[in-house]
Amino acid sequence: MTTKLMGQPVQRVEDRRFLHGEGRYVDDILAGPGAGPAVLHAAVLRSPHAHARILDIDVSGVLDVDGVHAVYTYDDLSGPMAEPLPVLIPHPALTHGRTQYALARDEVNHVGEAIAFVVAEDRYLAEDAVNRIVVDYEVLPAVVGLDAARAADRLVHDDVPGNVGARLEQTVGDAPAAIAAAPHRLALDLEIERSACMPLEGRGTVARWDHDSDRLVLWSSTQTSTGVRAAVAAKLGLDIGRVDVITPDVGGGFGVKIVHPWPEELLVPMAARALDRPVKFTEDRREHFVSSAHERGQTQHIEVGFDDDGRLLGLDVEFWHDHGAYTPYGLIVPIITSTQLLGPYKPGAYRVVFESLYTNTVIVTPYRGAGRPQGCFAMERTMDAIAAYLGRDRTEVRAVNFIRPDEFPYDHGLVFQDGRALEYDSGDYPASLDKLRKLIDWDGFAEFRRACAEQGRTVGIGLACYVEGTGVGPYEGAHVHVETTGKVKVATGLTTQGQSHQTAFAQIVADELGVRFDDVEVVTGDTRRMPYAVGTFASRAAVMSGSAIHKAARRTREKALRLAADALEASVDDLEIVDGIVGVRGTDRSIPLGTLSVLSNPLRYAFDEASKAATQFSVGDSEQPPVAEGDQPGLEGTDFYSPEHATFASGMHAAIVETDPDTAEIRILRYAVVHDCGNLINPMVVEGQIHGGVAQGIGGALYERMAYDDSGQLLNASFMDFLMPYVSEIPDAIDIDHLETPSPLNPLGIKGAGEAGVIPVSAVIAAAISDAEGFPITAMPISPSDLHTLREEHRP
Amino acid sequence: MNEIRRETRHEIRLRVNGVTYELRVPARRLLSDALRHDLGLTGTHVGCEHGVCGSCTILADGEPVRACLLLAVAATAHEITTVEGLAGPDGEPNAVQRAFAECHGLQCGFCTPGFLTTVTAGLRRDPCPTRDAAREMIAGNLCRCTGYQNIVRAVERAAELESAQEPAR
Repeated sequence: MTTKLMGQPVQRVEDRRFLHGEGRYVDDILAGPGAGPAVLHAAVLRSPHAHARILDIDVSGVLDVDGVHAVYTYDDLSGPMAEPLPVLIPHPALTHGRTQYALARDEVNHVGEAIAFVVAEDRYLAEDAVNRIVVDYEVLPAVVGLDAARAADRLVHDDVPGNVGARLEQTVGDAPAAIAAAPHRLALDLEIERSACMPLEGRGTVARWDHDSDRLVLWSSTQTSTGVRAAVAAKLGLDIGRVDVITPDVGGGFGVKIVHPWPEELLVPMAARALDRPVKFTEDRREHFVSSAHERGQTQHIEVGFDDDGRLLGLDVEFWHDHGAYTPYGLIVPIITSTQLLGPYKPGAYRVVFESLYTNTVIVTPYRGAGRPQGCFAMERTMDAIAAYLGRDRTEVRAVNFIRPDEFPYDHGLVFQDGRALEYDSGDYPASLDKLRKLIDWDGFAEFRRACAEQGRTVGIGLACYVEGTGVGPYEGAHVHVETTGKVKVATGLTTQGQSHQTAFAQIVADELGVRFDDVEVVTGDTRRMPYAVGTFASRAAVMSGSAIHKAARRTREKALRLAADALEASVDDLEIVDGIVGVRGTDRSIPLGTLSVLSNPLRYAFDEASKAATQFSVGDSEQPPVAEGDQPGLEGTDFYSPEHATFASGMHAAIVETDPDTAEIRILRYAVVHDCGNLINPMVVEGQIHGGVAQGIGGALYERMAYDDSGQLLNASFMDFLMPYVSEIPDAIDIDHLETPSPLNPLGIKGAGEAGVIPVSAVIAAAISDAEGFPITAMPISPSDLHTLREEHRP
Repeated sequence: MNEIRRETRHEIRLRVNGVTYELRVPARRLLSDALRHDLGLTGTHVGCEHGVCGSCTILADGEPVRACLLLAVAATAHEITTVEGLAGPDGEPNAVQRAFAECHGLQCGFCTPGFLTTVTAGLRRDPCPTRDAAREMIAGNLCRCTGYQNIVRAVERAAELESAQEPAR
């Protein structure tokens, strides 16, 4: 019997090419001496000002540069390319949505906004040419930071009053009244700074116009090939059927590669078609800082009413979201904060209102966790404040507010980011908390603290809980094809950027189809292989494509069994598939899947041994057409998965930190995670996702901030200055325990796991520092100098 | 008045992974670009272009060096090894490559070549690193995916595999 692979820590099949330098990232496409027609390289002139009117652009010095092929400004754009880029996810509350042009027209609204696009024989020459473009600007005052945006003394867009792009309110019950009537009340102001995804591979696009087939082929380092395809077709005025988008290996995404279309994703194919040469754009690191996307910047005001046990009676949250200069991705991030901050708790009456505000800074799109780290920080700091006020243990106050295991499915009465009900499918929060208390030794901490104090060391412990809506729709699809060799080719349209999809999806197919794992090959993100797809974000790949692949494999299996029953003259119920061979249970009669693949396609020649072998089996009824009505040739199956709403993963983290009494250095001594993403496909992969998420969370908690000055210049736009954790900043062990509460929403019982690790980290670290120092921490990230300043404030 | 002449190109010989290449490159051509775009050895990745992330780390005469901080014309005197040159002649992965696969020491794979070259050189210097030494060995390379837990394990595992291979060492 074949061993079931679901739940096993199967080693990754993708590793070989990565370990031997054979990965194919976008910049590797059409690279090197054997790459065919010489590729041209693009560079972009970007605004040096955060806010300015463009009075004149003089490109006359550019085309004289030897090796330069073209220069484009807004005046060279036509048709849909000359219109503003789309607002991808419109929302009724987004009353003042604004987007940039592919190349700036008249005005720039952040440092880094694209103004001109140069194509030359290599990137060095293209940059030389960019430096020769002369732009005459009228510099305007910049709006930087939420305080300036809210003050609205200056406007980012003249026609957006108060800099308010959107205002959205949701209510369940009458929160202000419930708070007013509650035995106890607290108010908190909490802030999180801007950070950014910073994948090690920046953005990149390569395009080639193929005259022989009259098609555009485009490679992009994106999280959504199909989105790029549709956007490019729309903007360049091409039939979508003439555009192929291929996403090869992607060197990390974390959200930032979701936006489509980036200006460069449109300009590169436009130039490739016009110049009849392949064109490549590979972003450099400074460009990534100033022209891709950031997230996290939010200030939040919370009012809460509760009883003597700490039970929430009313929760009223108001927050201000900094969405930067434009709103191409709509209101996803603040909507997620506003709904997901509730975590595993019942809020009593709830009111949440946010304003999404324009600033003259880089745009905001979802970064791993997407609004949840801010929301979790708000809710968990509130829980800690209630515990402190009542003098109760922090775990007790949380436990009293948990949604109970018997209350699922639990409908919060709110609308989630996907426009669907915020309804939790399953979970067991008390069990999760039990595991966490054991994992971090919550009860033994007091003794540890005493022992540390005797050595003059200051330590603190903190915890935080979260629930994460994962696997949002609308759908994903899959195609499973058994070749005549018995090899199984699987295609799904969403992309992959390190989440081990080739391995995890092959595990699902091997289990369902009864084939060897090694015989399954998975292709992702290639619109030629699966043109219907959404993308890899929102911890949705395993849930969405995993389920679609499972369903497509089941269809393929059903067809194989039907064909085998004919060929073996047996009943389908008596058949089993083991290691790619269909056999009649209890007999030696069998037929390989490869042979069934031959039989499934009656237009046959004896191409090979498999075809020859197939001729020994009878082929259907000679009275019927070779391909029966309603049937199709080929041993393959296509299916789609489209859920009613998201699945809700959950988890709880705890940490012990030590703060240096002199230097205020913050060191994480221990970090513990309890994680529930339903049934695990591959625990090794899930733990890897958690490790990475926690590391990014530690970066967000202690180091990462976007240091804009008042004029809108980003002062730390390099890896030298924007600090991300090396191994030296990450604790030596991140202890993980799993809980598996299967989701009833999909056939595999799984929930997403990609973002979980990052969500509660700022809340956990803030709680632990607060516990160590004895005063509240209300803003993250926190540096040693921030902590030093707080000590001065709190200790007279 | 805007006339710009094509820049001077230099004839150079680069020794990479035991093969000699003849190239004509401008003096400002970075070694990382020469490897990737002139030679097609795209395993060397460029993450930051200022020597901080370590993705482009190659070995020059066996020592780890940032290929984005070296000009191709300056690399001619050295024996260069890129990630493509780490495996044995028959394509058999070296101990470090095997350990990274065993320990799930990579996710997107972009920073991986820089880690592999760094650790390969590091284990030559210190074949039996302590946990702290293993962490120190990789402390100059950024990874945004793995959280480093499994990379540290991979360093320790690679040391085990190497000591099993060459007990005399």
